[in-house]
Amino acid sequence: MLTIRQYVRAESLEEAYTLAQKRNNMVLGGMAWTKMYNRSIGTAIDLGGLGLDTIEETDEAYLIGAMTPLRVLEQHVGLNAMTQGAVAESLKGIVGVQFRNTATVGGSVWARFGFSDVTTILMALEARVELYQRGVMTMEEFALLPRTERDILVRVIVPKMERSVCYLSQRNTKTDIPVLTCAVVRRGGETFAVVGARPRNAEVYRDTEGLLASGVTEEGACAFGESVARRASFGSNCRAGKEYRQKVAAVLVRRAVLTLDKEG
Amino acid sequence: MSMEKKFVNSGIRKKDAMQLLLGKPLYTCDVTRKDALVVKLLRSPHAHALIESIDTSIAEKVEGIAAIYTYKDVPQKRFTLAGQTSPEPSPWDRLILDRRVRYVGDGVAIVAGETEKAVDMALRRIKVKYQVLEPVLDIHSALDNPVLVHPEEDWVSMLPVGADNKRNLVAHEVTSDGDVEAVMKDCEVTFQRTYHTKSCQQAMMETFRTYTEMDAYGRLHVVSSTQIVFHLRRIIANALDIPKSKVRVEKPRIGGGFGAKQTSVAEVYPAFVTWKTGRPARMVFSRKECQTSGCPRHEMEMTVRIGAMKNGHIRAIDLYTLSNTGAYSEHGPTTVGLSGHKSIPMYTGGLEAFRFGYDVVYTNMQAAGAYRGYGATQGIFAVETAVNELAEQLGLDPVKVREMNLLKEGMVMPAYYGEKANACALDRCLARASEIFGWAEKYPVRDMGNGKVRSAGVAMAMQGSCISALDVGSATVRLQEDGTYTLSIGAADMGTGCDTILAQIMADNMGCDVEDIAVFGADTDTSPYDSGSYASSTTYVTGMAVEKACTELKANLCVIGAEMLGCKAEEVEFTGEAVMKKDGSGEVSLADIANKTTIFNNTNVQVTASHSSPVSPPPYMVGMVEIELDKETGSVEVLDYKAVVDCGTPINPNLARIQAEGGIVQGIGMALSEDVTYDEKGRIMENSFFQYKIPTRLDMGRLQVEFEASYEPTGPSGAKSIGEVVINTPSPAIAHAVYRATGVWHRTLPITPEKVLMTKPEEA
Amino acid sequence: MEIKLTLNGKKITADVAPDLLLLDFVRDHGCLSVKRGCETANCGLCTVLMDGTPILSCSTLAVRADGHHVQTLEGLQEEAEDFAIFIADQGAEQCGFCNPGFVMNTIALLRENPDPTDEEIKAYLAGNLCRCSGYEGQLRGIRAYLNSRKGV
Repeated sequence: MLTIRQYVRAESLEEAYTLAQKRNNMVLGGMAWTKMYNRSIGTAIDLGGLGLDTIEETDEAYLIGAMTPLRVLEQHVGLNAMTQGAVAESLKGIVGVQFRNTATVGGSVWARFGFSDVTTILMALEARVELYQRGVMTMEEFALLPRTERDILVRVIVPKMERSVCYLSQRNTKTDIPVLTCAVVRRGGETFAVVGARPRNAEVYRDTEGLLASGVTEEGACAFGESVARRASFGSNCRAGKEYRQKVAAVLVRRAVLTLDKEG
Repeated sequence: MSMEKKFVNSGIRKKDAMQLLLGKPLYTCDVTRKDALVVKLLRSPHAHALIESIDTSIAEKVEGIAAIYTYKDVPQKRFTLAGQTSPEPSPWDRLILDRRVRYVGDGVAIVAGETEKAVDMALRRIKVKYQVLEPVLDIHSALDNPVLVHPEEDWVSMLPVGADNKRNLVAHEVTSDGDVEAVMKDCEVTFQRTYHTKSCQQAMMETFRTYTEMDAYGRLHVVSSTQIVFHLRRIIANALDIPKSKVRVEKPRIGGGFGAKQTSVAEVYPAFVTWKTGRPARMVFSRKECQTSGCPRHEMEMTVRIGAMKNGHIRAIDLYTLSNTGAYSEHGPTTVGLSGHKSIPMYTGGLEAFRFGYDVVYTNMQAAGAYRGYGATQGIFAVETAVNELAEQLGLDPVKVREMNLLKEGMVMPAYYGEKANACALDRCLARASEIFGWAEKYPVRDMGNGKVRSAGVAMAMQGSCISALDVGSATVRLQEDGTYTLSIGAADMGTGCDTILAQIMADNMGCDVEDIAVFGADTDTSPYDSGSYASSTTYVTGMAVEKACTELKANLCVIGAEMLGCKAEEVEFTGEAVMKKDGSGEVSLADIANKTTIFNNTNVQVTASHSSPVSPPPYMVGMVEIELDKETGSVEVLDYKAVVDCGTPINPNLARIQAEGGIVQGIGMALSEDVTYDEKGRIMENSFFQYKIPTRLDMGRLQVEFEASYEPTGPSGAKSIGEVVINTPSPAIAHAVYRATGVWHRTLPITPEKVLMTKPEEA
Repeated sequence: MEIKLTLNGKKITADVAPDLLLLDFVRDHGCLSVKRGCETANCGLCTVLMDGTPILSCSTLAVRADGHHVQTLEGLQEEAEDFAIFIADQGAEQCGFCNPGFVMNTIALLRENPDPTDEEIKAYLAGNLCRCSGYEGQLRGIRAYLNSRKGV
């Protein structure tokens, strides 16, 4: 059971940051999963009053505030147009609409859940994470930060660029957390895959062998899928074993590559 | 006479439908005092241990704690929590709290306090020293294991069910008809397969919950989400070791049961607190407690031997079931019987001999209980899959094999206690299902490209309509002063709509509108005795009690009417609106009769009737499923499920249809996603809805249910049951379709994508 | 701490503990339609509208409702009744325990998308579990309501 001694709606990022330095204080996201923790929080810090619950658009990027509900991201016209609907596809299996109205992008990214669809798609979109003190870093760099990090996640920045994206996931039931996530991106002639829920955190796998360099073929797609499945490390949990995940990774990567090709 | 039937076989709205849909406060937590003590249990972290010492002194000092009880404080008389007619077949093996804890989640201490926070804090401050013992966590080694789950001397089995606590044995029996071995020897094909089903959870949306208080007369008043008010009164009295007359049990609206609430999972704890403290108390199970300290389906392992001819004629079935009752005996001796008695009789048509044997064992796992289907679900998965395997092995169409062997109306069923199938449309169900499903076109496997194939599977099912020669249903019908009626029952409407269905039966019998009947149930002080709502019995048994009571009430109304008309009762008849002289020379309206009953009246206008049935006529069903299977990921998607059900006369076709659809979707969950696994310490991994995946509306495909009516002469207006049979076909039908798509028979449920992808045909 | 919110159109000021969940808060304030079915944000029984958006009240702190409009089924009876009668005509309410959350989310769906396809209905309501009905009757009910609105 989760207990909270004090609640503060931060009036500035500085206030939130200062409060967050204490070990038993905690910044709140949407709380959908947090509520399951068995812990006592000293001060719960709410960023809800800082205007971070919207997606802003600049010439170069979409700036997704940390408190943006997953549902807002899912329905965002610009981001979905830029990704051929991959953003919506990546989020539609997360429990249900009410859950996605409750859970936040910041909360999902910060928690670094191995099973995160959100992390997978954002990594595929080469998003960067803006922390209050540390500044802007890539999703990969963010993934390496220790769990004890006490900075504040302010927003996620998705750069605008021409790209084709295909998102696929494998789930035991339609709205269960995924057994495997996969996003394949083609940008400027280069293809890369992001594979998550292995069940560890998502990682990027590039076409270092140039299997798709001279255009997509059935064989090339298959070989790239096999290559990613070989390079990625997989683990087992109650949803599926390591060997299964490895097999499915090759299939999803191949299918995503071919889907991109078909959709041109 | 204007008394033609108008409500039976009509899909009217449930009487409480709009109240429920509009969220009115009608459930246990909504209708009871907010200031009741919060009751929770400290639960064992060990699968098997003895409490060496328990210190509650620090916990008691937490502000707001009213009472803490341990095994030292409770009556030392064993009882069972199973909601069954007394003497219960389930051995008496429980204490409210015991020094020996027998599964992870077993009760260690009861804590009652003013607030949930205080109780949670006190739970953390109870110091327990356990002597950890080796647990029995495998059903195969449970029987005659040196580790005994119930070594205690005061363990007692009230009925001769073959139980022996010194062998971890809860029940044992072998029944047969004909010479199985001789017939097998004479068969052209014999084969044997073993199947395994898990301890699936009922997962009703409203978890177990009970409120208790002392009433004006110093009696214990229990308001609980239960299917069994009368059994509950006895169980609580036994547990607390107090007279039954000191207990009154009432049920408000119930948020689903599916059999879970046929066991007294929550009630004895707050009851004990209230009895001791005199204060109102409430216990609400968390979902985690429901998943780990509830009363799920019995895990069963079934070995089926079939003897047949090459043309598909099934001549002998030999079934052995090993059932896991877990740490306590609830429903252990009875569920297992259905695994054979509700599966083998479907093949009465060709069968020359059968044998059915079983053992039910104790383990240090969550105690099982009653869950819709009650053993039949498990047995039907085994027998129906074995029949499908036989057909496929012989290269025969499984529908044709069934047509050749199935039970037909008028046959006597040796494997079903020698009962005769008075009403049986199983053959018509199979034919109709084949037609609406398009079996001929869908049976061949179709390649859809991109690794996906479509395939089909089939299964049949049966159940009962009550526990024959045992269950008692009663109804009290009363004419009110304004000419409307009340109907009082002890059965429990748990959402299924029995309040409405029984009112439909009554309306046709009294020639009135359903609107003119106020239904009340259930309360042990005011309702007539009823075994409770389980064993699919309410429509069939209590429905007959309603008919009987109406007949008597009508006769009484004729007496009053005749008196008012100044003639003999034989000279009049009841029309629904009046009592009328048969020669047409006079009549007196129901309104006038009703008013007359309040003035100088010596004739009863409140009549109670009871009913029991010597037989339990089976409802039947055929299910056909089309799936799309992804051969590269193992995903199975249910596209279409067609079912045809013979429940006799459907009293309310809408409610019967919803029963069927709901049961099918629960069955789909059992087949594909609802897993229960234990770690090496005996902890259940699927302890929440996060881990235990019941189907959402995206996981169930398209459903279509039709009815093939038969007329059951012993049921009300020809009705049989519907509530349980409907969960039995999905597992075998889906396993069949998966075989068609992959060449692999999955004999252990659930059939997860990982199993589909990773199991090769040669391993199966 | 003190919060001010509008609950079903009524302005309320209340003193609440920082870890009180909105679900328990609204029940304490007489909105007993709101139910709890799990502890893991999976069942949808506790759905309420916050500023018109369906959210899980089991995962929302009451303090976070400060300054917002919260609606439960108690406050949306007429809007609910419009289509609920069609669910009742199917018998799909069954035990009723999931109904308030389901009805609330259906209200949100129909406000957002007044003419949804069957697939859109299923996707929007996927977070509302029901163990009784098998969902098909709920879908038939909503479809019948939509058809009646279109005069079909």
